[in-house]
Amino acid sequence: MSPVRKAAPAEPDSPPAAAAPPRVVSGMVVRTKSLSLRVPGRSVAVSLALLTVLVTVMGVSLTTGDFELSVKEVLQALTGTGSPGADFIVNTLRMPRLVTAVCVGAALAVSGAILQSLTGNSLGSPDVIGFTNGSAVGALIVIIVLHGSMTQIALGALIGGLATAATVSLLVLGRGLQGFRLVVIGIGVSALLLAVNSYLITRATFQEALEAQAWLLGSLNNRGWPQASAIGLAVAVLLPLALVLARRLAMVEMGDLTATALGVDVSRTRTTLLVVSVALAAVATAVAGPIWFVALAAPQVARRLTRSSDPALVPTALMGAVLLTASDLAVQRLFAPTLLPVGAATGTVGGLYLIWLLVTESRKSRA
Amino acid sequence: MTGTNIPASRLRAENLTLCYDQRTVATGLGVDIPDRSFTVIVGPNACGKSTLLKAMARMLRPKAGQVHLDGAAIASYRTREVARRLGLLPQTSTAPGGITVGDLVARGRYPHQRLLRQWSAEDETAVVRAMRRTGVLELADRPVDDLSGGQRQRVWLAMVLAQQTPILLLDEPTTFLDIAHQVEVLDLCADLHAREGHSVVAVLHDLNQACRYATHLVVMRAGGVVAAEGDPATVMTADLVEDVFGLPCRIIDDPETGTPLMVPAAPRRGSDDPDDQPPTTVMADSQGRR
Repeated sequence: MSPVRKAAPAEPDSPPAAAAPPRVVSGMVVRTKSLSLRVPGRSVAVSLALLTVLVTVMGVSLTTGDFELSVKEVLQALTGTGSPGADFIVNTLRMPRLVTAVCVGAALAVSGAILQSLTGNSLGSPDVIGFTNGSAVGALIVIIVLHGSMTQIALGALIGGLATAATVSLLVLGRGLQGFRLVVIGIGVSALLLAVNSYLITRATFQEALEAQAWLLGSLNNRGWPQASAIGLAVAVLLPLALVLARRLAMVEMGDLTATALGVDVSRTRTTLLVVSVALAAVATAVAGPIWFVALAAPQVARRLTRSSDPALVPTALMGAVLLTASDLAVQRLFAPTLLPVGAATGTVGGLYLIWLLVTESRKSRA
Repeated sequence: MTGTNIPASRLRAENLTLCYDQRTVATGLGVDIPDRSFTVIVGPNACGKSTLLKAMARMLRPKAGQVHLDGAAIASYRTREVARRLGLLPQTSTAPGGITVGDLVARGRYPHQRLLRQWSAEDETAVVRAMRRTGVLELADRPVDDLSGGQRQRVWLAMVLAQQTPILLLDEPTTFLDIAHQVEVLDLCADLHAREGHSVVAVLHDLNQACRYATHLVVMRAGGVVAAEGDPATVMTADLVEDVFGLPCRIIDDPETGTPLMVPAAPRRGSDDPDDQPPTTVMADSQGRR
C-alpha cells in the first residue's frame, strides 16, 4: 500500500497532463473531435470468433441434409438465380428455420443477460423464474381448451408469458425490485404453473396431449417465414433498444444508490429493461416453444469468454444464436431420420452446465 | 468560514419529513450547507444522519419539505443534472465482478458522457487526476476484487472525484479503514475543500475527527433533530455531548490543532450505573436493552 498521508501533500495541479496521461481504462479508445468510443478489444475478438462459428454452422445447415447442396447452389438460391429445387429447399425449408433459430437464440440469450444483470443472480433467467412455464400455460390452454391454430397457440404463449412476468413483477415490486426476491418468487410461481400444465394435460384427449407434449419440448421443426419474421421483427426492435440501455444496465449493477448518484434513473431503467427482457423471451417462446437453458447459459459463457465487467450483450446474442443453431443442426443431423426437437438438445447440454455452475458456485461460496 | 448563516447556500434542506415505509425518521429537519465548507454531520446511531444525506442527494423523496440545489427544488432536476452538481459516496456499493480499478473510476464520468462520447480527453484527464489524488493510479489495471478494504474505499472515492461535482456528500467515508487511512481520507477531503473549493459534506462517527476537520459542524440527536450547528469550537461542549450522546465527558484543546477534543469521563469507581460506561458500551446497551 502507498505511504500513509500521501494524498494530502500530493500536488493537485503541478503535473496536470504531464506528457501523455497513463492508460487507465481497459480496451482501445477511438477518438475524433466530437466523438469518442471505448472499444473492448477482447469482446470484439470474441464476437468475431462467434460470428465466424455462426456463419459456418449456418453454412453447414444450408448445404447438408436429405438433399446435399453445394455452397454455390445455396448462394444462387439465396440470390434468386438457383434451380427451382434448390430454391425450395433453401428458401422455403431451411432458411426460415435457420433465421428462426438465430433470432430465438439471440433473443433468449439477451433476455437472460438482462434478467441476470438486473437480479444480480446467475439463476435470474426467464426459464428459471417462471416466464417460460407461463408461456406454456397460455399455449396449452389454446391447444387443449380452445383447439386453436398454430398462430393462436403462439399468441396464447405470448399472452401467458407476459401475464406471468407481470404477476411476478407485481409480487416483487411491493418492496423494490430486489434480485434475490425476484428469483425466489419466480421459482415458486414456476412450480405452480408447472402444476397447472400437468393438470391441463390430464384433462386432454390423447391427441391433444400429444400436441401439447410436442409443443412443450420446444422445437424448430416446420418453422416457416411467418415465425421467422415474427421473431425477426421482435429482435430488430428490441435488441437495439437493449444495446442502447446496456450502459445504464452496467451502472445499475453497482447498486441503486451509486447508480442514481451517477445520474441513472434507476427505476425507469429497471422497468424498461425488464419489459424488453420479458418481451424477447415471450416472443421467442411463442415462436419455438420452451427452449431451456439458452437464456441461462449463453450470457454466462459469453461473459466468461469476454471477461467483460459489464453485460456484453453483442457477444451474448451471438453466443445464443450459435448455441441454438448448433443444437438444432445436431438434432437434425445426428439423429436423422428421427425428428428430435431442439429443446431436448439444449435441455441436455444446459442441465450439465447447470450442474457444473451450481458445483463451482457452492465451492466458491465455501472457499 | 465560521458563520452559521451564510445566505447563498447551494444546498439547503428545508423542513424535511423523512420516512422509510411507515417509520418516520425525522420531522421539520432543516440544514443549510455553507458553500465551500467542510460540513461534518455527527450524531448517535440511527438518528437520521445518513437519511438526511440521502434526501439531500435526492435518493430519498421527503414526505414533506424540500431540498434546494442551486436555488431550485432538487426534485425538478433531471437525475443526470443532479449528478453533475452533486456526488455521493454511499456506505456500500457493489463493484461489478472482474472490473479493473481504472474502469470503475471511469464510471464516475457517466453523467458527463453520451452514447457516442464515451471517453473524451476531459474524461481521461479527470479520471487520471482523481486516481492521483487518491493514490490509486498505480493500481489502474488491478481487479477491484483483489484490493484491500482501504484501497477499495479510495477507489470508490476516486470514482466520486472523477465525477467532478462542486458538492460532495460522503456517507461514513472512513468506516472499515484503519486509523492511518482514516486520516488520509480526511486529509484528502480537507484538501478538496480548502484548495479546490468543493463543498464537502461527510457523516462521521468520531467526534474528535469531526471537530478537527469540519469548518461547519452539524450535531444531530435521536429523532432527526439538529441539536446544534456551527463552528466546532463553539458548538462542541461537554453539555452538548452529554445531552445528545448521553456520555459524560470533558472537552479540552487538541494539542495538535487547538480544536475541541472530547475525552470521555472515566467510569466512577464502584459504580454499576450503565450510563457511566465508555461510549461503545452505552450505544450497544441503548440498542440492545429490552
